Amino acid sequence: MALQHDQVVLRIVTKLLAPLIMVFGLYVQFHGDFGPGGGFQAGVIFASAVILYGLVFGLDAARAVIPPRTLRLLAPLGVLLYAGTGVLTLLLGENFLSYNAIDPAHPAKGQHYGILAVELGVGITVASVMMLLFFAFAGRGKVKA
Amino acid sequence: MMQHAPALIVLIPMLLAPLVAMLRSPGAGWALFTAGAAGSFALSILVLEQVWSGGVVSYAMGGWVPPFGIEYRIDLANGLVLAVVSGIALLVAPFARASVAHEISEPRQYLFYACMLLCLCGLLGIAATGDAFNVFVFLEISSLSAYGLIAMGRSRRALLASFQYLVMGTVGGTFLLIGIGLLYAVTGTLNMADIAERLPATYDSRVTHAAVAFIFVGLSIKVALFPLHQWLPSAYAEAPSAVTAFMAATATKVAAYAMLRFADTVLGEALVFEQLPVGEIGVLLACVAMIAGSLVAIFQQDLKLLLAYSSLAQIGYIVLGIALGTADGASAGLLHVVAHAVVKCGLFVVAGVVIYRLGSERLDALNGLALRMPGVFAALVICGMGLVGVPATAGFVSKWALLQALIAEQAWVAAFTMLGSSLMAVIYIGVLIERAVFRAPDTSLSDTGITPLGAKLSLAALAVLTVLIGLWSDPIAQIANGAGAGLFEAGR
Repeated sequence: MALQHDQVVLRIVTKLLAPLIMVFGLYVQFHGDFGPGGGFQAGVIFASAVILYGLVFGLDAARAVIPPRTLRLLAPLGVLLYAGTGVLTLLLGENFLSYNAIDPAHPAKGQHYGILAVELGVGITVASVMMLLFFAFAGRGKVKA
Repeated sequence: MMQHAPALIVLIPMLLAPLVAMLRSPGAGWALFTAGAAGSFALSILVLEQVWSGGVVSYAMGGWVPPFGIEYRIDLANGLVLAVVSGIALLVAPFARASVAHEISEPRQYLFYACMLLCLCGLLGIAATGDAFNVFVFLEISSLSAYGLIAMGRSRRALLASFQYLVMGTVGGTFLLIGIGLLYAVTGTLNMADIAERLPATYDSRVTHAAVAFIFVGLSIKVALFPLHQWLPSAYAEAPSAVTAFMAATATKVAAYAMLRFADTVLGEALVFEQLPVGEIGVLLACVAMIAGSLVAIFQQDLKLLLAYSSLAQIGYIVLGIALGTADGASAGLLHVVAHAVVKCGLFVVAGVVIYRLGSERLDALNGLALRMPGVFAALVICGMGLVGVPATAGFVSKWALLQALIAEQAWVAAFTMLGSSLMAVIYIGVLIERAVFRAPDTSLSDTGITPLGAKLSLAALAVLTVLIGLWSDPIAQIANGAGAGLFEAGR
């Protein structure tokens, strides 16, 4: 699966690009409330860094970066973070996902924090599911999923 | 806390599903599934009671007032459906424990319960929401988890069945989405009540007509109405027993509810039944489904397939009620949703117990059942009579209501078709009972000897419920009548 050692250009470019892709993913994640972006896109971008790394350096190297076991914990965790934000607003006495309740004195701030938390949940789940899908397909027949 | 109940009914399974996936333990998964179903059921009953005494309950998601935000809107119709779906989940749970441990490999069992919770969440969401796009989202949640659940079946054929359902289900979901998109294009809103208010101005628009066609074809696939039923028999036959018992009683029923909601409330009877021939097409297809489903069921040699084809016929009854386009028809359809859910769930649990003890779902395995497992046999007889529609069972109540609705509309052909289909049900249920009573047990099948306690509980509860609804039908009939009237009122 890993490329030959003489594929220097691919290896170097991947090493250079992967961290940049991840930073860009985080930017899209946390800038989603001001500009275009959000958890969904950010998750895909973030996962694409790991997938690229896996394509060039092999599945085992990518698995060493993020073990599928961890991903299988992270995927539901994101959903819980999303729903948990809604439950928090419920406990604060407002409707489900009414972010105003997070900071009643400044509803706009409450909306801001709420969106950030929810989008982070989306981002975590989307990124982990993307990577899990890649591992599942790329590792087909080799390891137990 | 009570004012949040409409959201919590859907939220409880949604929150528990990721928790089960993180805990990775079959025991915890089962416990949380049971607890979630029980919680949703208790809240559904409370909300239904609230709607009964105080009228429609509305809940604004995220505090955004409808029609701008997503609204959960519970009236008698979906209150009843919520109670049925969560109630069936609760009744299947005791049986699921042993059956899942028997049929699904240990490392996958926790995923099974996570998928069941997601499926439950999706089905409850379709029923609870008052937002047309939300219906599609929850439909996809329930369908995607259902594909996974069916694929966990015992043989490799389950994968093919699941893939077939995936292809058909995706087409159905996409059609529904296109239809809702077209509605959004002509009305500029997704809130169901709001669409209902604005749509009459566009009744002559081609776009609206196309939307009606897309929505009903899409939902017909999900309901498994003849001739779009191809996915159903193999999906029911190959899925794990607990999934079949749960899905046969809920998935198609919730889709039928969505059909009712779109026909009577969102799109309006004036468009669907008077201007366009949806009613005529529906009655025709329902009649064909009743006859064809029952006819094919008579010749099946596989217990789960037999019950699956019988489901196709029963779906015909429900669609017939919906397609009449009257309040009586709608309430008869809803009554049959309840009755068939209880009865068919009971029969599929019987099939599950036979598979658990004898390892076979061929009809031969039923030979001598009356001696081998008298309790299970009793449940088979009671639920079977419920399916046929013998008086003092649940099936009689709904079929009687449907017959009256048909007579009121003077739909004689449909009425006789329905009676004919019921007579055919006597034949295929009779075949089962004949085998169980008069034939010698098949000694080549080794009997494990024990019916799990949970399965006994599920069977007893479902059989008692079948009789109870039949004898004491007033409360449910009144709710269904109010629901039918309410559906039409909301559309005006």
